[in-house]
Amino acid sequence: MSDGVAAVSKFLTWSVVDGPGNRFVLFLQGCNYHCVTCHNPHTIGVCSDCGACVAVCPSGALKKSGRKVVHDPGPCISCDSCLSACPTRANPMVRRMTVNDVLELLRRNAPFLNGLTVSGGEATLHLDFLIDLFTAIKAAPDLAHLTLFIDSNGNLPAEGWQRVLPVTDGVMLDIKAFDPERHRRLTGADNDLSLASARLLAEAGKLYELRFLMIPGETDSPEEISALSALAHELGPHTRLRLNAFQHHGVRGPAATWAPMPRAGVEAAAGVLQASGLAEVVLPSVWLP
Amino acid sequence: MTETLSQLRRIAQNPTLSFKQKEHALAVEAENMLPYVLLDAETRAALDARIICDMYEGNAPYKPRYVLPDYEVVLKNGSTHLELPKPETLDEAINTLQIAYHHVPSVTGMPVFIGHLDALLLPFCDGVSDDELYRKIKLFWRYIDRVLPDAFLHADIGPTDNRVARAILRADAELKQVAPNLTFLYDPEVSGEDILRLCTDNIIACSKPHIANHPIHREVFDEPGYAIVSCYNALPLRGGAASLARINLKKVAEASSGEADFLDVQLPRYVHLNARLMRARVDYLFRQSGFFDGNFLVEEGWIDRDRFTAMFGIFAMAEAVNHLQDLAGRPGRYGHDAAANELGHRISARLAELVEREPMEHVWRGVAMLHAQAGLSSDAGTTPGVRIPYGSEPDPVSHVQALLPHHKHYLSGVSEILTLDETVRSNPEAVFQLAKGALQLGFREFTANVTGNDLVRVTGFMIRLSDVKLYNAARGSRVNTTALGAEAAETVHILDRKPRVVGLELMAGSGV
Repeated sequence: MSDGVAAVSKFLTWSVVDGPGNRFVLFLQGCNYHCVTCHNPHTIGVCSDCGACVAVCPSGALKKSGRKVVHDPGPCISCDSCLSACPTRANPMVRRMTVNDVLELLRRNAPFLNGLTVSGGEATLHLDFLIDLFTAIKAAPDLAHLTLFIDSNGNLPAEGWQRVLPVTDGVMLDIKAFDPERHRRLTGADNDLSLASARLLAEAGKLYELRFLMIPGETDSPEEISALSALAHELGPHTRLRLNAFQHHGVRGPAATWAPMPRAGVEAAAGVLQASGLAEVVLPSVWLP
Repeated sequence: MTETLSQLRRIAQNPTLSFKQKEHALAVEAENMLPYVLLDAETRAALDARIICDMYEGNAPYKPRYVLPDYEVVLKNGSTHLELPKPETLDEAINTLQIAYHHVPSVTGMPVFIGHLDALLLPFCDGVSDDELYRKIKLFWRYIDRVLPDAFLHADIGPTDNRVARAILRADAELKQVAPNLTFLYDPEVSGEDILRLCTDNIIACSKPHIANHPIHREVFDEPGYAIVSCYNALPLRGGAASLARINLKKVAEASSGEADFLDVQLPRYVHLNARLMRARVDYLFRQSGFFDGNFLVEEGWIDRDRFTAMFGIFAMAEAVNHLQDLAGRPGRYGHDAAANELGHRISARLAELVEREPMEHVWRGVAMLHAQAGLSSDAGTTPGVRIPYGSEPDPVSHVQALLPHHKHYLSGVSEILTLDETVRSNPEAVFQLAKGALQLGFREFTANVTGNDLVRVTGFMIRLSDVKLYNAARGSRVNTTALGAEAAETVHILDRKPRVVGLELMAGSGV
């Protein structure tokens, strides 16, 4: 479905937390999970041009043109009022970018970059765009040094991975929960595809990092941690495992009143995982006060 | 006179200053009881309005602002004046340098340059094991920090990857001292990526070293080359800088009716007045102070009176651009908006052109060198040099891209500080790539602070945040520059921000 264009929620020229080295990060709009704990909920939905955001925009950056909501970056003051007003968790500031647009941005910043990470939303919803983009980068001599990563929830069938993996250097895969019922409750979706993706990616040597969000009273239970340990061992004791701690930053809806994950709990889980023989358990590099 | 006396009394009775610090402050006051060097009325008026500024260097310049001795002379020949034989061993070489430092003047009263240490010491390292070398360097480092505790004091290493440079980087990261400040001269053809990576890892540990773009600096200077000293000033080796005077671009913009008036009328006017101020000060130093007459540093060849430049400083580029943007009714801000950034780049190009047209007697190559000046601790409401205002900096990559076009114009240095948040600690490769990219694209120098480090950079010099806390609790500090950092912290709340960058540099009269 790619016509060489993707809806881009945001891009960064400097990110040190999305893979090895400094990475250009492209956040694509739209997600097939609806996580209650999402800290970027405005990347989930797709704009329906309802215009609720136009009414709250204080700078006149958002206008209705015919049936469409149009965003003008010039007057925009990045106050994000539109994001809070959006009933569908979409983002009217999304811009449509072509593969060539992205290549140009990469070229402008290439000396500073170790690679590109495509995140979301869910990056693999834009699979054809990803394949076109990655293929073009690999074919460009001035960009070929960039490593190409995908940050994904893994909700992609094997056929999809098989198409994109030949041009992909690594995948950071989130497992949201192991208990199927809990996974449905937290994300609105089943986890069987995610778990299968973890195995497929490890087998293909493309699993850069397995990520697990610890939520108090949900995914910090001994059962969840022991299931995580079992999966990581199955994938190989050298699997790089990153534990993240649930925080309120950006969260909207009921989870905003949940307790944040305490540092001690994450460190205790890391201790259990390390004791089980996992070589690389990574903790958050900064703890919020 | 009563005001002067009470100022002298305040210094004499200040409980937070050490004996040495009082002595220096009293000397500054005494110099300023002399009449100012002779100025014409127009220059005097611009100075009094602080549109141009002499950095409070003192009324009667009797020593160059920065002295960069060629220490190789004393290591090769010894010194007749100091009755020092030529050193033969590493211990003797370090001892000779330690003695030499005490005879090198500068505006701070302590040397601002202590040598290209790896090049100086390598010839003495045959037969010295790596471990022995590292232990000797550690003692040397401790000596410097305890005996010459001034953060403007600067050591250079590189561009080769060598044992001494590595021992210094290792000791420096371990000790995390304020002094000496440290610059690695990086040349991609010579240095190799291994030592660049070691440097960026050290930045994560202690916000040092500063990394200079050696090929770019090298082509500016003739033999015997240059050194990076004090607040990242690039100056001729075996010489230095006679003086530094600067223009407050914000005030020049406020005196302008618009961009054209600024570029075509006001800027040329104040460049000319600042040049007159510099000429008067340089003239006093060379023709009246007697500094170069009968000076053993000159007679033995440590310094050469023909190798002293004059630094033509500018600051508050950000405020000047934003003011001109306001006058033109354009909303874009410096550091963020392409048109505002380009206006800044045009101003820098114009400055370079104007400074080139102001001949200066006694000065190396006959013209001053443009410098993006890092500020005084008493400046308020202005941003140092061409920097982007604190708290509004974009991400490090956009930051470098926004300032890059300025760099080619500032031949005697453009100190820029990138602030990196703490997450880089777990991803040192990103800092390496950032430094490599910036240097590859032509950044003259790469300097970074990492949040969470106790040792942070106050524009050009280093302070320990724990020292600032102690000083503010009225316990004083054994390090001279802590008072400047504390003043800067108070004046512009530079430590309140996250990430922490300290904005202003100097105490009037004693700073760099």
